Amino acid sequence: MQSMTAFVRCMLLVCAAAALGDQVQAASWNVTILEHQHAPALERVRLDRAYLGHPGGPAVDGWSQAIEDARFELEVSRTQINWKAHQVASLEAARSAALQAEKAGHQALVVNLPASWVAVLASAVKMPVLNVGASTDSLRETQCQRNLLHTLPSERMRSDALAQTLVARKWPQVLLLTGASEEDRLRAGVAQASLRRYGLKLVAERPFKLSTDPRERDLANAKLLTTGVSYDVVWVVDSEGEFARALPYNLQAARPVVGDAGMVALAWHAQYERFGAPQVSRRFAKSFKRPMAQQDWSSWMAGKAIALAAGGLAKGGAPELLRALNQLSLDGSKGVTMQFRPWDGQLRQTLLLTDGQAVIGTAPVEGVLHPQNNLDTLGVDSPEKRCPNRP
Amino acid sequence: MKKNISSAHALSWLVFLLTGLPVQTSAQAQDLTTAWISSEKDNTISLVDLAQGKVTATVPTCKRPRHMQLSAESKQIMVACSDSNAADIIDVATRQSVRRVPLGDSPEIFDVSVDGKTIFVSNEDDAELSFIDALSGKKLALVKVGKEPEGVKVSPDGLTVFVTSEVASMVHVIDIASKTIKKNVQVGKRPRRFAITPNGQELWVSNELGASVSIISMKDYSVLATIPLALKGARSADITPIGLLMTRDGKRAYVTMGRANHVAFIDVVSRKITDQVLVGKRPWSLALNADESRLYVVNGLSDDMTVVDTAKAKALVSIPVGRVPHTVVLAR
Repeated sequence: MQSMTAFVRCMLLVCAAAALGDQVQAASWNVTILEHQHAPALERVRLDRAYLGHPGGPAVDGWSQAIEDARFELEVSRTQINWKAHQVASLEAARSAALQAEKAGHQALVVNLPASWVAVLASAVKMPVLNVGASTDSLRETQCQRNLLHTLPSERMRSDALAQTLVARKWPQVLLLTGASEEDRLRAGVAQASLRRYGLKLVAERPFKLSTDPRERDLANAKLLTTGVSYDVVWVVDSEGEFARALPYNLQAARPVVGDAGMVALAWHAQYERFGAPQVSRRFAKSFKRPMAQQDWSSWMAGKAIALAAGGLAKGGAPELLRALNQLSLDGSKGVTMQFRPWDGQLRQTLLLTDGQAVIGTAPVEGVLHPQNNLDTLGVDSPEKRCPNRP
Repeated sequence: MKKNISSAHALSWLVFLLTGLPVQTSAQAQDLTTAWISSEKDNTISLVDLAQGKVTATVPTCKRPRHMQLSAESKQIMVACSDSNAADIIDVATRQSVRRVPLGDSPEIFDVSVDGKTIFVSNEDDAELSFIDALSGKKLALVKVGKEPEGVKVSPDGLTVFVTSEVASMVHVIDIASKTIKKNVQVGKRPRRFAITPNGQELWVSNELGASVSIISMKDYSVLATIPLALKGARSADITPIGLLMTRDGKRAYVTMGRANHVAFIDVVSRKITDQVLVGKRPWSLALNADESRLYVVNGLSDDMTVVDTAKAKALVSIPVGRVPHTVVLAR
C-alpha cells in the first residue's frame, strides 16, 4: 500500500582510538528518516531551475554527511548510530512508518515532510522528531510539541532577518508583492509581522499572477505592478519561484528586490566564506556533486545534533536523547553556538543574506540587540508565548 | 625572539640542506626589525619596517598564505599556502622564494620535527595530520583525526605531536614514532591553536566557540583547568579566542579574542586575566619583539596590525597591512 523505497545503512563503529582509558559502554542508537516521495520541490524540472532558497536534493544527503563527519567522535565515545531512510508517499504511510519505528525501539525521527504531516507525526510519537524541511511557523507556534525540534529556520526568522537588514540599510518603504497560493498568503502575513516588529512601512500590498493574458496585465506585468507608489524596496513573496526570479531589474523604479528573489535570507549558502563554512560546503559538494543548500545544512545539523547528544550518553532511550538534545550547544560553522529554544524547539542561528552569488551580510545585523541572546531577535521570542505545549 | 625549539631546529636543518653551510645549533639573538605578515587574499607577505611603522616591501608567494615559521637564525621563513597545497620557503635576506614543498590538500597550520626531517601539517579537507618529508615533500604517513584539524604543535622532547579537531572539539595526542593516536582529549568547542609553557609541563589550547583556554597536562594529558575568557560589556558568544603566545619566562600568555577585538594578558601561574587591550577587528596571530616590550597583533577583518606596549597594556598604533592578514612573524 505504501511504496516504500527503503535503504538501510549501518555504521558499525569499531572502537580503536578509545582503547586507552575510556572504557565507556558502547551505546547504539536507531534513527528513522522520513522523506516525501513526491516532494514537488524535488521534481526534476524544479531542481533544474535551482530557485534560490529551494532544496537541491534529499535530506538524507546532509544527514549522512553529518554522521560521516562525526565518525571520529562516535568511535571514541563508542557510540553507534544506525539509521534507515524511507520515502513515504502519503501522510498515512508516514504515520505508519513512524509508529513502526517507535515500536521497533527507534529513538529519533528526522523528517523532511510537508508541515501538515510533521504536525501529525510529532503528536503521534513520543520520541524526538527533528524537522529539517518545513519552515512553516505554525509548527513552532500553535502546532508545537515538546518532542518537536526544528533545525531549518522558520519563515518568521527569515523575514525578521530581511527586515533587520532593511532597517540597517535605511530602506524603510516596502512594496509587498504576494502570490495567490495559501502558502504565499501565510508567508505575506509573516513578512508584515516582521515589518511591524522593525518599524518598516508597508506602502502597499499587491497580488501578482503568472500570466501573459493582456486582460490580466495589471496583475502580471512587473512594471505595472511596481508603478504609482514610492518605495525603497520591493519584497516579493513567491513560494513557487517563477515570478520572483524574473522580477529584479524589471521594476518601474530603480529599486532592489528582496524576499524570494534579489536578496534572500537563508540558513546556508555554499559561498559563505567564514567560520569554517567553506570546508563544510566543500565536503558536501565532493560527496553529492551539488552545492550545499540551506535544507542540506538543516539536515546536516540534525545529524550533528543527534551524534553529539547520543555521544554524551552511555545508554538510554528516547526521553534521555530528547533531554540531551535540549541541552546541546551546537557548532554549525556559522561562528556562533546554537541551541534549541526552550519555548518553541527552534534552533537559534545566524541567517545569511544572499543574492545567490555571494553572502552579502548576516543577521542579526550589527546593532540589533536582545537582552539575552542577539540570535533571539530572529523569530518568535519567549515572552510572546505562541507555543501552548511548552513552558 | 620566542621560538619553539623544534621548529628552530627544523629550519636550520633546511638551511643546511639548501646551502650546504653548517648551521649553528643555538638560536642567537638578532635584530628583529621587520614584521612578516601573510595576507590570505593577496597571495603575498607584507613586510612592515618596525622603525618606520609601515609596509616597506611586499613579497609574492604561493596562494592563500597562512601559517608561517622562522628558522633559528632567522634566515628562512616557511609559509603554508592553503590554495597551493604547498609551503613556500623564502630567504629572509634576499626576500626571494627559494623553493616549494608540497604539503598535501589545503594545509593550514604546521610544525616541524626536532630533527627537522618531517613537517607535520593539518589538512582540513581530508581530516588528516600528514607527515611530510621536509626535503622531498613526499607524504611519509598520515594519521586520520577528527574533522577540520587545525592547530599543530610538536612537544619539546620531539616525541609527540598535538593536533586540534575543530569539529570533534578534541586535541589528538599523536605518538610520532608509531604514528598513532595515544589519546583524544576533549576540550572546549572548536579548539584552534596551541602554546606550550617553557617548562614543558602545560599545553594551552584556545577554544574559539568555547570562549576559553584549556590547559592540558603534558604528563598524563588530563585537562588541568579551563580558563573562561570574559570581557566587560561582551557576551561569551562574542568572545572567540584563537591566537596564543607565551613569554620566554613562561609567566604570561597572550590570547587574541577574535570577535571581541581584544587581546587578553593571562598570568600563567594564577591562570587569571590581568589586562585586556582593544586592538583591531578579529585579531588572530601574535608576535613579540626581542625584549618582549612590544606585542604585534594582526587583525584579519580590519587588514591591519596593532602594536601593543606590553608593560603599559596599551595599544600604541595600528599599521595597515595586506588583505586578511593571517600570521605575523618577526625577522630581519
